[in-house]
Amino acid sequence: MKTAEALRMAVEALRVNRLRSMLTMLGVIIGVLSVVILVAIGTGAKNAVEKEIAGLGSNIILVVPGQVGLGAAPTQSRLDLSDVAYVRRVVGDPTKVTVAVNSGEPVRVGRVEVFATLTGTDENMPHVFDRPLRRGRYLAETDVDTRRRVVILGSEVAAKLFGDVDPIGRQVTIAGVRFRVIGVYETVGATFGVARDQEVHLPVTTAQRLIGLPRINGIAVGASGPDEIEPLRRKVVDALAERYPGEAFSAVTQTQLLGTIGTVLGMLTGVLAAIAGISLLVGGVGVSNIMLVSVRERTREIGLRKALGARGRDILGQFLIEAVLLTTVGGVIGILAGIGGALLIQAVSPVPASITWWSIVLAFGVSAAVGVFFGVAPARRAARLDPVVALRTD
Amino acid sequence: MSLGDGRGTPAFEAIGLARSYRLDGGVMVDALRGVDLRIEQGEFVAIVGPSGSGKSTLMHLLGCLDRPTSGTLRVNGVDVATLDDSGLADLRNRTIGFVFQSFHLLARTSALDNVALPLVYRGVPRAERRERARRALEAVGLGHRLTHRPSQMSGGEQQRVAVARALVGDPRVLLADEPTGNLDTRNGEEVMGLLERLNKGGVAVVLVTHDAEVAARARRRIHVRDGRIERDA
Ligand SMILES: Nc1ncnc2c1ncn2[C@@H]1O[C@H](COP(=O)(O)OP(=O)(O)OP(=O)(O)O)[C@@H](O)[C@H]1O
Ligand SMILES: [Mg+2]
Repeated sequence: MKTAEALRMAVEALRVNRLRSMLTMLGVIIGVLSVVILVAIGTGAKNAVEKEIAGLGSNIILVVPGQVGLGAAPTQSRLDLSDVAYVRRVVGDPTKVTVAVNSGEPVRVGRVEVFATLTGTDENMPHVFDRPLRRGRYLAETDVDTRRRVVILGSEVAAKLFGDVDPIGRQVTIAGVRFRVIGVYETVGATFGVARDQEVHLPVTTAQRLIGLPRINGIAVGASGPDEIEPLRRKVVDALAERYPGEAFSAVTQTQLLGTIGTVLGMLTGVLAAIAGISLLVGGVGVSNIMLVSVRERTREIGLRKALGARGRDILGQFLIEAVLLTTVGGVIGILAGIGGALLIQAVSPVPASITWWSIVLAFGVSAAVGVFFGVAPARRAARLDPVVALRTD
Repeated sequence: MSLGDGRGTPAFEAIGLARSYRLDGGVMVDALRGVDLRIEQGEFVAIVGPSGSGKSTLMHLLGCLDRPTSGTLRVNGVDVATLDDSGLADLRNRTIGFVFQSFHLLARTSALDNVALPLVYRGVPRAERRERARRALEAVGLGHRLTHRPSQMSGGEQQRVAVARALVGDPRVLLADEPTGNLDTRNGEEVMGLLERLNKGGVAVVLVTHDAEVAARARRRIHVRDGRIERDA
């Protein structure tokens, strides 16, 4: 018997039992749909985080005191501005090293008050980080040297305090001290939950006096290329370890962050896919079950077909094709529904979804394989039926 | 493929044909206890006997739907013991036509597709299949029922569809197990007429019947009792 003929027969048999075929397919549809959607969400989350990290700028090394890692307690910083100068000498190019002192303070204009993240930094910040200005200028060396009371506002802070008014040259009050606005940043969004548009930048020296401590929170170093990151990182960490024997310093690179987060989210996607895979497997068991029922129900039909000249393998093919047809048609419907579902989730919720071709290929391949795997047992049972026994069954 | 086309080769030749069934408890039931039988090409034979005597068992063996426990069976000169599953399927497909008491038509399938089914397993292209099935249905007087399903036809019509299905592949022999058993006299008469016409065309017909009137129309009657041939006339 030709394959086209067998296919036609299988379609006919499934069409005759339309409702049952649909319900059987439903198991596969749900399985495939969840594979596609969950993988899309996992991949979407990973892409979003990677984009955030990349959005910081390129080839950045962040040096912080203490051990960075899951479960590590934050360490009291013992770094100060002399260490920044030291790292500058170690790195060689002073413009590629910048500094951060962090604090949270309310920022006030007249009666409007906004809580902002204060970041004390210096003139080299734009050489290391990717932080475009919308208006005004960056911090200058003299701002830092003379502890000038100037600020650059994140776009959200600027909007809340000044609305449509151009803030350049205007005054804001932080902790009772008046500052002059010299610039406004472009909107950059959030990184790791840090809303960078709610930051206010000021000279590091000014920030230290405002906070009342001579400490700094971290040093950022910009490498000139991806290949330079690792040697530079080691050089900086070694130099600091030499300066402060017995103390730990960490230097985190974007590559490391990307790597760690990528691995975690990749695992998460894998787990989601596995859970979805299990539901696909359950769908497969449903197919097997229904095919067994179908073989039993159609015992007489099988006997008759054999009496009329069907060989064992014709019957095997017929039932196997029915099973595979159930799962592949279910698979295609599931893929389409999954794509639709992922797009819908993307549209109505903040969860990013990114449909990946491999999840579609995988879902389809697995559902076809499920059809073969779970179809074989019932199909073989059908093929082995003795024509006499089958014909005598009532 | 030629399966001993010579006029001299009998359609069926059984030597010591026996079939026993083992019941669940291990008890053996001897349905057929050594049958010697020769049926020539083009014969018209009726197999008669009381219920449970082994008539259907014999028919199933002749039709290669079942394998004997012992003994030899040659169909058109070919020893069926030498054939594998696909060889037997081919033999059933090309040489033998079946008509069953309970019609055995595929439900939810048109008369035309039911009749064309044996040709599917012979690899005949669809268009030719449908044409031959249509001609077979016309031959049994059902040219106007091509698209009807079994549930939309009378018992007599259904059995005529079954006869059309049996003859669509131009078999050498036709095996009919109580073909009129489920039909009233008029419909039974019609089906018998069809079988006789087929027989005149050269097809050997072997039919099992309870009906003495039906049996009387056969040139040869084989009486079966307790799994043995009692009388052959
Ligand atoms: N699958 C089976 N398992 C066990 N015994 C069987 C089986 N098939 C048939 N038999 C037994 O074999 C004997 C012959 O059965 P068979 O069907 O050939 O009778 P029959 O002559 O066709 O009867 P009827 O006229 O009622 O159709 C019976 O005693 C029956 O019970
Ligand atoms: Mg019987």
